[in-house]
Parts: sequence; C-alpha cells; structure tokens
Amino acid sequence: MNATATPVRRNLKHPDAPATPFPYNTGSLLSVNDLSVDAVSHLLKRATALEEMDPAERDRLFFKRRVALLFYESSTRTRTSFELAAKALGADTTLVSNLSSSIEKGETLKDTGLTLRALGAEAIILRHNSSGAPWLLEESTHLPVLNAGDGMHEHPTQALLDLRTILQHLRPKAKAVAEDTLAGVTVSIVGDILHSRVARSNMLLLPRLGARVVVCGPAPLLPEIASTEGPGIEIERNFEAAIAKSDVVMMLRIQAERLAGLQLDLDQYKAEYQLTVKRLAQFAPKAVVMHPGPIIRGLELTADVADGPQSAILQQVKNGVAIRMAVVERALTAKGGQA
Amino acid sequence: MSSLLIKNGHLIDPGAGVEGAKDILLKDGRVAEIAGAGKIKPNGSEVIDAKGLTVAPGLIDIHVHLREPGQGHKETIESGTAAAAAGGFTSVAAMPNTTPVNDTPDVTRWMQSPDRGAHIRVFPIGAATRGSKGEAINDFAALKAAGVVAVTDDGHPILKDGIMRETLAAAARVGLSVIQHAEDTRMTQGCSMNAGPTAFKLGLRGMPPEAESSLVERDIRLVQELRDARVHLHVAHTSTAAAVAAVRQARRNGLRVTCEVAPHHFLLTEEHVGMYSTHAKMNPPLRSAADRDAMIEGILDGVVDAIATDHAPHAVHEKEVEFERAPNGITGLETALGLCLRWLHKEWKLPLGRVLSLLSAQPAALLGLKGRGTLAVGSFADVVIFDPNAEWTYRVSETKSRSRNTPFDGWAMQGKVRWTISEGKIAYVSE
Repeated sequence: MNATATPVRRNLKHPDAPATPFPYNTGSLLSVNDLSVDAVSHLLKRATALEEMDPAERDRLFFKRRVALLFYESSTRTRTSFELAAKALGADTTLVSNLSSSIEKGETLKDTGLTLRALGAEAIILRHNSSGAPWLLEESTHLPVLNAGDGMHEHPTQALLDLRTILQHLRPKAKAVAEDTLAGVTVSIVGDILHSRVARSNMLLLPRLGARVVVCGPAPLLPEIASTEGPGIEIERNFEAAIAKSDVVMMLRIQAERLAGLQLDLDQYKAEYQLTVKRLAQFAPKAVVMHPGPIIRGLELTADVADGPQSAILQQVKNGVAIRMAVVERALTAKGGQA
Repeated sequence: MSSLLIKNGHLIDPGAGVEGAKDILLKDGRVAEIAGAGKIKPNGSEVIDAKGLTVAPGLIDIHVHLREPGQGHKETIESGTAAAAAGGFTSVAAMPNTTPVNDTPDVTRWMQSPDRGAHIRVFPIGAATRGSKGEAINDFAALKAAGVVAVTDDGHPILKDGIMRETLAAAARVGLSVIQHAEDTRMTQGCSMNAGPTAFKLGLRGMPPEAESSLVERDIRLVQELRDARVHLHVAHTSTAAAVAAVRQARRNGLRVTCEVAPHHFLLTEEHVGMYSTHAKMNPPLRSAADRDAMIEGILDGVVDAIATDHAPHAVHEKEVEFERAPNGITGLETALGLCLRWLHKEWKLPLGRVLSLLSAQPAALLGLKGRGTLAVGSFADVVIFDPNAEWTYRVSETKSRSRNTPFDGWAMQGKVRWTISEGKIAYVSE
C-alpha cells in the first residue's frame, strides 16, 4: 500500500476512439453534421423548387408512399409542417403519438419502429424527449429516419429552415450556399442554450457557412462548455452587447419541462435578457428577430417585438414546410444503405 | 483423493515472490507441492502439460454482479461464474444489489449453496444497511458468520455522515471492510454520462467528477476521525483523478484506504459513448482523457490495489433502449485478463507479476481471503494457466454470460486462458 510520487506519464498509446457506430441510411437526417455544405445547398434548392412547383404535379411525386410521424413530445409547428410537407408530395401520412398509442402500455421505441415498418412506413419522422433516440430507431428499423427534435440534442430541420430564413433576409440573391456564404454575418442565440436542441443544430450548421455565432444567456442556462460545441462560437453574457453586434437575433424559450429542478428568478431574467422594442431600437435596429417557437409572449420577448416589423417568426414557420418537403423527398428517394 | 500435476509451466506467484520453471502438485483442493521442473512424479495424478504456458494463482474479482437472487434473466450464479472461469477467475465477490438485497444471512447462504451450481468460489458481499436504503445498519457479525467478506450499499452510496461513520465502525469491530460506490447522488440526478464537452454535444446531463471525489474525501475524513486501525475503507471502481489523488493522500497519512479500478476506466473515455452506445453506459461513467490517464498512473505507481471488473450483465432488450433509459453497466469477466495483458503489460510495460498481483494477491489481501491469491503450499488449489503470447479477438457471441453488454466485442486481447482450476477441479478448459 505504498504511495509514491507521481510523475505524469505522457505519450502513452491508448485504444482508438470508436468509429461511426453503424451505417446510416442515406435518406436519414439525424444531425446537421450528416450533411455536407453541398448537401445543404442542394436541400435549399429543392425546397425552393418544390415550393414553386404546381401542387398537382407535386402531388404525383411520391403518390401514396407511406411516411410515419412518431411523436413522443407535443409539437405544433414541426408536426404540422412535416405532415403538410409529406402530403404536399403526395405521400400518405400517419401519426403515432405517445399519449394515444401502445407506447403508453410500455411498447419500446424499437418495437414501435418495427411495427411502423411492418405497416409499410418507408420513412419515420421522430420527435423524442430522449437525446439520441433517432439513432436507436434507425439502428432498429434501417429505415430513413428524420430527426424532428431529440431531447436536448438536435433539431436539424429547424436549423435548415432558420438558415433559409436568414438567407432570404441577408443573401436574397444567393442561388447556392458555400463555406463563405454567411461570412461577415453574426447570429446571436439568446436564452436557454443548455436545454435547446435548436441552439445546438444552429451552432453546428451556421459556422460551417461562415457565420459567427454568439450565444448569450445566464450561466445556469449557458455553461462555459457550450463554446466547445464547435468552431466559430463565442459566449457573450451581456445581452445588449450581444445583439448590438448581431445581424440576426434568435430568441429561445426557457424550457420549463427540462429545467430539472433548476430555480430561475424570472423577473431578473426578463430584466437582463428580454427582447423589448426599446432594446431592439437602441442596440439592434436592423437585426432580423427569429424564434423557433413556441414563443412565450412577455417572457423572452415582448408581444410588440413578436408582432413587430423586424420579426421573421412566422416566415420561419412557413419555411418549415418547404425545407421539410426537401428532406422528405431526400428520404423517399434514398437507396438505403450506407451514407 | 483427486490430485492434479501441472508440469513444465512457468510459475508466477507474485504474492509468494516465486517465479520460474516449476511443477506444481494439487491434492484434495490444496497446493500440495512445488518443485523444479520434472521433480514431481505423477504417481497416478492427472497431468496437465503447461509447456510454454504461464501458471499463476487463479484470478480474483472483488466486484461483480451475479444478479441472483432475483434477476436470473440477466445472469445466474452458474452463468456468471462460468464466464468468470473462462476469464481465468477462481474467486469473485458478489455485490448485494440483488432481489431481494443481500442483507441477511439467509440470502448469503443461499448464494453459496451448492445448488447454485457455481463453477468457482463466490464470496458474497453483504448490504451495509437494510435494503441498501442507507438508514438502518445490518447485523454485520451475523452476515460475516454466514460468509460475507465485506459490506457495501453499492449503487446506493451511503450519503449520511452519521450512517457511514457507524457503518465503518461497526464493520471494523467484526473485521469487515466497507466498500463504497462513491457518488454523491444529489449531484447526479437525471445524469447518464460524464459531465463535459461530450455530454453537452450529445445533449445529455452529465455527472460531475466532484460527485465521486467529494464522497471519497468525505469517507476518508470519517476514517481519519474514527482513529481505529481496524477501519478499512475500500473505494469501488475509482474513475476520477481527484478520487485517486484523495486515496493516495490518505495512504500517505497512514490510513487504511484502498481502491480498485475497472478495465474500462483505464482504457476508455467519454468519447467511446459515440452516438449513444448503451454499451458505453455505466456508473461511474467513462470519464475524460485526463481521468483515464490518472487511472493508468495510479495503477503504475501502485496506489491502485486491485483491478476489478464491475461485471454488470443486463439483458439485450434492457440495453436496446434510449441512452438515458438504459441501465448502467457492462460485462467484464471474460475480457479483464486479455485487456490487462494487452494494455497494462504489453503496451504500458507493467511487469507481468504486477499485473497478476493486481488480479489475485492484492485483491485477496484486501478482503482478507485466506489461502487465496497465492500458490504457496497449503493454499487453495486455485490456478489459472494461460498462454501469455497468444493474441486473440474477443467475440461476445461466444460468451458464457447470459448477457452481451460489452464494449469490447471484436477487441484484440493478449493472453489466452487454457485451464482454470478452482480448488483442484478444472472449472474451465479452452477448446
């Protein structure tokens, strides 16, 4: 039991870090990291093309193909826009939610996925409260899985529709995107970063197109470690300083359902981080105001900001349908197998 | 009476300080004689030719979950000890988080009954408190009389200072060690991996390293306050640099504090969680590279007293769920020796005798398992015979465990077990 001095031994060889755990179906969209910049560019083009297409023609693209929506969390925008997108392409959709299905009786995600596949689903759109659930579903079914939000992890289609919204405002003439398309653009993401999958997907996607991402919020909702999410990310605790340097201000909801006992002083939060008409006029009179929804009027932003001229919130919602048409098309045209 | 002669082998008995070409005669479950190669005549004994092989004390794992009573779908004492024997182990100490919890002499005796079909020796570890609820201390004298070798509330760490102090004192009075799974669970609610950049990226709540180290420090403080040389605190599956540092300091201060490290904690880091692999989910979780390095350092410099696997089988369907919902734990009995030889010995140059000591002599001494962990004449005839140079690949499809939850499937191993002999009987022989 002798304990001696401990020189730290360096340069030891260790087992390799694991490779990609299993091959993704080429039609899946689990993380924005699954998409190359070219693939992002292609999806944006397809979103526009599908949006502009004659509805009758569009309806024949994937006529009677089967798409399942599997939702373990409530959703208005994401669910409806995915459903409308799939239907606009002619596909049949079915919705399974945790509150009105055998999930309530204890059926696992794996078995639910296999059941949907047996019913003829060719792609599954999954919203789940557990981070990583889409990987499990894809591994279990080998179907194209579209991640419609997993826990605190990612929400890739939201980041894509946010990108489309940003481009419409700041790069209206861009026909394609590349690594430098958003060079010189600063996007601040404000509020509950820790619990936000929207923040993570945007923090991963936007810097790859050249944007600078500033994350802003109080320490309990924005740990210092957030800056390690990827390159091109900085932390700014001062809300007014953050929006003053931003072309886009993305406000987030405090995710009460994920706070896990964390106590917040909401009055203080509002005093420091609420986006008001006054703050907007003083510090960011030209910034585009975005919010993934649902918004809580009077908390992270005031009603007059949400309804005001700088708000792009409903434009984001509209872009959701176009983007989701493009990713559903990608899923249903995939040949399967490895990405 | 049965007897078995192992000849032509290279004997390594680190506890007795013996190494060399020796023949060894096992008789009636004990080591009867050791002599130079060719010096012992068979005289009707069964003979094992161990030419080119290493002969060592059977391995001892002081931290396994055999799941019986009550969780036989994960593992049984029979299947778990079959896996142990295949891994070269002749003794395992079984944790009490069974159904019911092993907090009574009845459960302790049930686990040791020949009806369980154990292939090797099972030493039950008793629950420190009733139902492992951390409130009322069990009758340690009665548990010890029934065969318990230590007490713990593994998995349900004892948080209350008063209860832990009383546990340490009461165990010391009857000569039992107290094993603590050091985790301040008030800091780990809802967490499923190590706190850090990987947890943030994956959107998972992280367990801070302080949840481990603060409880280790608290326990060491209690040992110090008790001022009783009989008190022995053993820290289970140490995983953080701060916890190892605390143990190292306690030893410098002359306290009887020991610790173990699991192979996954000196080999893997939080990055091995990959995209939510539930076979990389255990508690304590895989930590940072710096913590992993501190485990290696602790092993190499001697502050770590034992390698223990924390063999924790779970059924396939239990692990095929969302990461946050999956139970903690991986199997480890069949991979421990192969990984230790591949990495500790071959890669990091820890002498073979020291590796074997961490897997036999030291854990035996730590829990006071008399006649185990050595091949001195008169000891139990617990022997492992392995080919130290054989390189092989672990295939979980061939496991003897009822479960398959290992991150080491397909990994390169060094050193293949040929025979495992438990109290003179062949418990495992490779095909």
